[in-house]
Amino acid sequence: MNVTIPFEGIGASVKRKEDLRFLSGRGQYTDDMNRPGQLHAWILRSPHAHARIDGIDTAAAAAMPGVAAIYTARDIEAAGLGGIPCGWQVTGKGGKVMAEPMHPVLASGKVRHVGDPVAVVIAASRAEARDAAEAIEVAYTPLPALSTMAAALAPGAVALHEDAPGNLCFDWEIGDAAATDAAFARAHRVVRFETTNNRLVPNAMEPRAALGDYDPNSGEHTLITTSQNPHVIRLLMGAFVLKVPEHKLRVVAPDVGGGFGSKIYHYAEEAIVTWAAARLKRPVKWTAERSESFLSDAHGRDHVTTAELALDKDGVFLGLRVATLANMGAYLSTFAPAVPTYLSATLLAGVYRTPAIHGQVKAVFTSTVPVDAYRGAGRPETTYLLERLVDVAAKEMGLDRLEIRRRNFIRPDQFPYQTPVALQYDSGDYEATLKGAAEAADLAGFEARRAAARARGRLRGIGISTYLEACGIAPSKLVGSLGARAGLYEVANIRVHPTGSISVFTGTHSHGQGHETTFAQLVSEQLGVPLSQVEIVHGDTSKIPFGMGTYGSRSLAVGGAAMVKAMDKIIAKGRKIAAHLMEAAVEDIEFDRGTFRVAGTDRTRTLTDISMAAYVPHNYPIDEIEPGLEETAFYDPKNFTYPGGCHICEVEIDPETGEVEVVAFTACDDVGRVINPMIVEGQIQGGLAQGIGQALIEHTAYDADGQLLTASFNDYAMPRASDLPSFAVSTATTLCTHNPLGVKGCGEVGAIGSPPAVINAVVDALRDYGVTHVEMPATPLKIWSIIHGKSGAESLPAAAE
Amino acid sequence: MYDFAYHKPSSIADAVKLLSEDPDAKPISGGMTLLPALKHRLNRPTALIDLSAIAELRGVKQEGGALVIGAMTKHVEVATNPLVLGAIPALAKMAASIGDTQVRNRGTLGGSLANNDPAADYPAAALALGASFITDRRSIPADDFFQGMFTTALEPGELLIAVSFPIPEKAGYAKLRNPASRYAMAGVFVAKGGQGVRVAVNGAGPCVFRQPEMEAALAANWSPEAVAGIHQSPDDLNSDIHGSAEYRAHLVTVMAKRAVAAA
Repeated sequence: MNVTIPFEGIGASVKRKEDLRFLSGRGQYTDDMNRPGQLHAWILRSPHAHARIDGIDTAAAAAMPGVAAIYTARDIEAAGLGGIPCGWQVTGKGGKVMAEPMHPVLASGKVRHVGDPVAVVIAASRAEARDAAEAIEVAYTPLPALSTMAAALAPGAVALHEDAPGNLCFDWEIGDAAATDAAFARAHRVVRFETTNNRLVPNAMEPRAALGDYDPNSGEHTLITTSQNPHVIRLLMGAFVLKVPEHKLRVVAPDVGGGFGSKIYHYAEEAIVTWAAARLKRPVKWTAERSESFLSDAHGRDHVTTAELALDKDGVFLGLRVATLANMGAYLSTFAPAVPTYLSATLLAGVYRTPAIHGQVKAVFTSTVPVDAYRGAGRPETTYLLERLVDVAAKEMGLDRLEIRRRNFIRPDQFPYQTPVALQYDSGDYEATLKGAAEAADLAGFEARRAAARARGRLRGIGISTYLEACGIAPSKLVGSLGARAGLYEVANIRVHPTGSISVFTGTHSHGQGHETTFAQLVSEQLGVPLSQVEIVHGDTSKIPFGMGTYGSRSLAVGGAAMVKAMDKIIAKGRKIAAHLMEAAVEDIEFDRGTFRVAGTDRTRTLTDISMAAYVPHNYPIDEIEPGLEETAFYDPKNFTYPGGCHICEVEIDPETGEVEVVAFTACDDVGRVINPMIVEGQIQGGLAQGIGQALIEHTAYDADGQLLTASFNDYAMPRASDLPSFAVSTATTLCTHNPLGVKGCGEVGAIGSPPAVINAVVDALRDYGVTHVEMPATPLKIWSIIHGKSGAESLPAAAE
Repeated sequence: MYDFAYHKPSSIADAVKLLSEDPDAKPISGGMTLLPALKHRLNRPTALIDLSAIAELRGVKQEGGALVIGAMTKHVEVATNPLVLGAIPALAKMAASIGDTQVRNRGTLGGSLANNDPAADYPAAALALGASFITDRRSIPADDFFQGMFTTALEPGELLIAVSFPIPEKAGYAKLRNPASRYAMAGVFVAKGGQGVRVAVNGAGPCVFRQPEMEAALAANWSPEAVAGIHQSPDDLNSDIHGSAEYRAHLVTVMAKRAVAAA
């Protein structure tokens, strides 16, 4: 019988296995799950940005219908619970360790941002819990709000935390200050640029939710939660907050509807429901309302940066000086201290050979929602800074924007390339991606399109961004030396069942990335089994040995590499079994596409023959090899991976209204080896949508009293399909040299490379108005104010001179 | 949301009776504004009177020189109705621009007008077209209907039944959407008909209003150029993080030009 087996391995655009359940409404998300006897939690949140809590009266609320319990900080403290831990410790100038104030599960003594949890009501229904929460009387004495970093750093500003005087978390530096000063001393020109990377609210489609349960018979706690990394939550919550050992704590992250970083972190609500469920011996569920998401999901970005670039007379970069203020918000979220430092300042070389770099970061506490990693995490901030700065420099030097980049690119023959800011890039070809994008975007034809737009009364501009990023997070030893409190390896357990189907247990987590398909393709390719025979299991600490989860474009580069390593072990064992069955020497057994063969003969055994023999070991070398066919591998990456590329954006501005329309967007990215081109393109398109959103409309605004002005979709602008062009996305590949798949990662590149391309295009469109910079987001009001020189423009930070 | 009683009458008379019996009851049509307010606990009616089962509140008919549209007629129905498309295409086009597909399939003409959100679209159309508001007890001219932000001439318990739109000679609408909410940051509806030239502005101020200078200019010369030089005063216009009063004032002129061009 001839059977045509469709190509399902590496490089095939296989349709996503998970989409049927998602598109038909059969996904199982945390809020879909209910347990018998379940109670509901409602969190009472602070209406103040900064206030002393003088007293909390819960008596009336406790008597309301359906109320099972009300807890405040007093109960949490009496139970001996710990604070929410931070996963990273940054050591600043002079060896000074960062200030790490207590982050209580429920606000204790003070509230420090609007939305800070103050009490929790647990009741028979969510409505009853909410009714009772409204009856809780909290006496507050308002304290001065610290809505901005400037307010928090002002002399005499009140301290948000007693143990963080001056509201400074740390003052950190990287690079060689003396060498950088020397480079500036011999510069032909110094270009200066200041910018604010606008604060963003992640807004995953699925709001956060958590369901806690407790089995009094076994003493096991279960937390079902909207997490990108259930094992990390088990570690942080179990070891530091609840003090429950791992074997009595199961954390499940089922289908999760988007994370973008905001679901990496351990949040108070997870600890509350897990703890309360054990106390009440009943399951407890909490699901955020969208309004709560705005006030309690970690925000992203919010860096204020000054940069200076020293150039020689030919536009060659000599040195770069950067000073950043990074907003941490009210408390340190899990990854927060790493974002402006090790995930951002280490990228200051970009794709350029700048020989001397000095970066400084001051991290600041403010009375705002905590800020942490959000799609790209630190790399979008640095990329935006560099790619705007290079455009400003080109203009000041009178150089073409492509030419100045080309003069400074790290060339393909210079890899591995050691930057002056710690990282060593392994591979890349920035000229190739620039060329790919420039051709696809018809860069040469732009001036004609600009003229045609002008005839229609519209201002057309084009912007380029050539970037790289560091992901595939991360080499454990390296990040440990930089302050990470955990390893960042990944784990794969691969179980070949007796009849040859395969279950893969991965410590990564899929919340939109398509892992169930991409990873199955890897297994299909390496073990030669049909895709339908491979199941990817993730998101349950009771099934998977361990794992660090999904963020930093790490799942394939680290988690996929662990799978390859585990499959290598499967094949090695299979060869021994095959050698026994075929009475040949192990050295003579070859494995290819699911078949073990005695080299040079037609004697073969399939993987299924081997797995059956392994589980029914009648004819089996039982004295030498254990039965069964299952292997586990831990893979620790040797380096970060360095995707990069070129994004080209074309905009048209309506000068009458200030509206900016993205009319074309071209991306040529090097993400290493591509496993599923369709999924990669989808990931890149999604990232581009977020990057364009940041550049044009997304903006988080607090007023002087610390109230979040953009606390709903009425005021927080999210990009929609109608705001986006049809993207032209392609890849130009160089392989990662240090992982077995040659993959680099594609989850964040879209959001990293695109914002400066958009703003460079906006500035280009406004070139006749003498505009040198437009701060993000380039809203209609802002553009109109610039064009017409009207009030509103002064609220924009000064343009670079 | 808080608890409330729920009634679903099948006649206008029953609905009016229910409303008259309970001053804290609220009628609900598409619920595009009321439901979110209830979910946010910003509104606490004792009862909701669901108007969706009252057949006589729906539909479009021509009566003489006017289109009479039932209050419960959905935006999508106005946008696609052949009578509207033939007689007042600007109204159909405006309805097609409201919110998104989901909103247009739930939201109703009467709900939007009775709510009188300053940034809603229908108030501009009704005011510019010189519509009459037919209630369970009287007919109210558009110039008297819109009284302020979220405030209309409707008395407590008074139910909007239908709106009669005189068929204009020409009409057009243009708006700039707020980047976040996608409501109108500023919109202008222009119409020329039996009541002369009327220009209504939504989104820019706390309530829809007429722009007399533009009306005079267009009466003399119906062309975009006629309004291009007329500046709306920013005094009393809305100002927020998305648009200053000055910006909105500027947009009124731009949208007026575009509305005339589209008419």
